[in-house]
Amino acid sequence: MTTTAPAVRHTTGPKAAPARHPLRWPAAAGVVLLLAMAANSLVTNPAWEWEVVGQYLFAPSVLRAVLLTLELTALGTVFGFALGGVLAVMRLSPNPLLSSVAWGYVWVFRAVPLILQLLFWYNLALLYPRLSFGIPFGPAFFSVGTMDLIGPVTAAALGLALHQAAYAAEIVRGGLLAVDPGQREAAAALGIPRVRRFFRIILPQAMRSIVPNAGNEIIGLVKGTSVVYIMALPELFYQVQVIYMRNGRVVALLLVAAIWYLALTTVMSVVQHYVERHYGRGRS
Amino acid sequence: MIEIDGVHKSFGALHVLRGVSLKVATGEVAVVLGPSGSGKSTLLRTINHLERPDAGTVHVDGRLIGHRGEREILRQRTEIGFVFQNFNLFPHLTVRENIAEAPLSAQRRPKAEVALAVDRLLLRVGLSDKADAYPGTLSGGQRQRVAIARALALDPKVVLFDEPTSALDPELVGEVLDVMRDLARSGTTMVVVTHEIGFAREAADTVVFLDEGLVVEHGPPGQVIDHPQHERTRAFISRVL
Repeated sequence: MTTTAPAVRHTTGPKAAPARHPLRWPAAAGVVLLLAMAANSLVTNPAWEWEVVGQYLFAPSVLRAVLLTLELTALGTVFGFALGGVLAVMRLSPNPLLSSVAWGYVWVFRAVPLILQLLFWYNLALLYPRLSFGIPFGPAFFSVGTMDLIGPVTAAALGLALHQAAYAAEIVRGGLLAVDPGQREAAAALGIPRVRRFFRIILPQAMRSIVPNAGNEIIGLVKGTSVVYIMALPELFYQVQVIYMRNGRVVALLLVAAIWYLALTTVMSVVQHYVERHYGRGRS
Repeated sequence: MIEIDGVHKSFGALHVLRGVSLKVATGEVAVVLGPSGSGKSTLLRTINHLERPDAGTVHVDGRLIGHRGEREILRQRTEIGFVFQNFNLFPHLTVRENIAEAPLSAQRRPKAEVALAVDRLLLRVGLSDKADAYPGTLSGGQRQRVAIARALALDPKVVLFDEPTSALDPELVGEVLDVMRDLARSGTTMVVVTHEIGFAREAADTVVFLDEGLVVEHGPPGQVIDHPQHERTRAFISRVL
């Protein structure tokens, strides 16, 4: 009897009732219904013109435009984050001149809209018709026409990179600040040289908080390149506009662009996942 | 081996060290005791120049510390091992990489030689099976033993310990003290800031009692711990025992 007592108590005692979620099923049904309606309209509404989408999705002019979009994104990312990294280190420097210059850069370049900056670089020749290279305040070795040096692609890449650098600087700075000060101290106490300390000990740990934000920024930049259309550069968004101005298939071509942007950002999200995993090693 | 002479250090208005002088001979184990805020850690950190003294000098192995620029300080630090209260292992590197980093990058020793040294050190601290583990997967006691191995990897002339067991769960303190006792017996010159009176009693050659930035008294553990001369030492010892 004593051995069965716990079992009896177990079955007769108050039972833990599972939490009820009465709205879940109707909500799910509603979502399914909406999805079905959306899918149905995508398929049945002839105005989407899927055959036109298919026709232009891999058209050579569109592929070239995708390539330019990628090129601008890559240039903006590489130079933006390189400059941003330098600005972040300057900002954290105990030297007040370096840190206030970095602060001033971020202040200006975050404040001015990208589209305005792009037009500004595009029209740099109005301000400085010729650029000369030489000793500062001294003789020039050679000089070139601004228009020859800074074509539309360079101007666009420059604008995107300088704009991106301001945001990258803050992201990198935040990442560096997130590293435990004890890490710097331990590396210093071991006599590890300064540069090695930064690249081997501090930066890899900072990357853990830099990468998610940087991923966000780079995906933003993919779409940010579409602003470049005002400089008549045949990147993706400009190119589809050119085509639909000619043939009037507005929706289908916007869809082509949308599909490509979706594809590009999807690939980047996947890459980001693996990069995050790399820098997350050693932490559960 | 270590000669500290009249060291002063202030942080803002806080005068932490008020003229500390201390000598530690080669092979000697010195344990620094004192209430929190007495300047123990700051004193230890002036020895490898993590803190620059405002006045006074520190010599290690006859050489003045921190007066000849960055390169010389880094070289001097490779001769002075430092073990932190919070381990400060590099979390993104494996145990092996943690230990090998400084011998490779600060001392530029050949890879094969360093790899052998790492194996030897891991054997010494009893963690040979953890060579490829990340610090995050280890217990506190294991982490501190790795940190000790990392400090020893430089073949330092002295090893400094800054409250090495204070961040550990009580049941993990023993394994770290065992490694330290072993080191003390092997003739390593050590300066240990700790609250472990038991360790001081059995492993120390000299016990230094620091209070309010001054050395109140120092001598063999039998004298300072069991027969303190000063009222402040007596009060402190009776509180921690």
